[in-house]
Amino acid sequence: MTSDPNNSSCATFQALLPELIGSGENVANHPHILSCARCRALLADLETIAEAARQLLPIVEPPDELWEQIELAIKNEESDCRPV
Amino acid sequence: MTHPRSPMRSPDSGAQPLDGETVLSAPALPFRPFAPAASPDPGEADALARAQDGDHYAFAHLYSLHKRRIYSLCLRMVGNIGEAEDLTQEVFLQLHRKIATFRGDSAFSTWLHRLAINVVLMRLRKKGLTLISLDEAMEPVPEEGPGRSFGAPDLTQAGAIDRLALERAVAHLPAGYRLIFVLHDIEGYEHNEIATMLDCSIGNSKSQLHKARLKLRDALRTYPRQEGRR
Repeated sequence: MTSDPNNSSCATFQALLPELIGSGENVANHPHILSCARCRALLADLETIAEAARQLLPIVEPPDELWEQIELAIKNEESDCRPV
Repeated sequence: MTHPRSPMRSPDSGAQPLDGETVLSAPALPFRPFAPAASPDPGEADALARAQDGDHYAFAHLYSLHKRRIYSLCLRMVGNIGEAEDLTQEVFLQLHRKIATFRGDSAFSTWLHRLAINVVLMRLRKKGLTLISLDEAMEPVPEEGPGRSFGAPDLTQAGAIDRLALERAVAHLPAGYRLIFVLHDIEGYEHNEIATMLDCSIGNSKSQLHKARLKLRDALRTYPRQEGRR
């Protein structure tokens, strides 16, 4: 129906989007999405981003020296706690 | 945009204050991140028991099992390598102090993950990331919204999102947006859990997540064109 980014029905719909998406509704069946290619593309992009984010979990290796620093900090803490 | 999450716990079960001590001593949360250590290392239980008895080598083994996950979490939440290293150190120091209090009500990885998030959030709060900045991020900003990269190809048409481009775009998000995006879309927390952790409303969490995704969309549609100019 519309591809005008300034279209007021798009603006109204997009203002509702955070709540619609966050509530877990099936936004793909929303009447505006069914009739608006631009908002449909927007929704598809947002879904693609959310899906891609889930692949980001693994995993970055910390530097090897980090354990040495942690070990040292633990030793310092333990020696501070030891009774004199 | 629903993900195959674990069943949600009751809305009020996450209503704990954001306080490392409280969280650590509270009953374990049934939260499960998207990629928990579903199959823990066979030696983990033994290492955990020995570390709880003060065995330094066992603690080192636990570190080696969980360092990547914790460091990655810290790095994504703060977007800065030096700070992520510092936070990872703080997480494992806290773990060393508190490990004897772990009762096994949840998976150790879940417990440690929650501890790490609390350490990061407390640090961010000390640095001034308060709800003021979160609320400011909610104020309408003219350049925000889906129209900035008007004319750029849709992400879905361009094919799979490049992982490195997404990592980079996430790292460049404003701190408040990045925090909620990482917690929700990467780590798998629900809005009610995030609202509790950040002491904000659920609506605020939803709104900021949406804006974070819009910013990422803009960035991902723009980066290739920027790189193409080089």
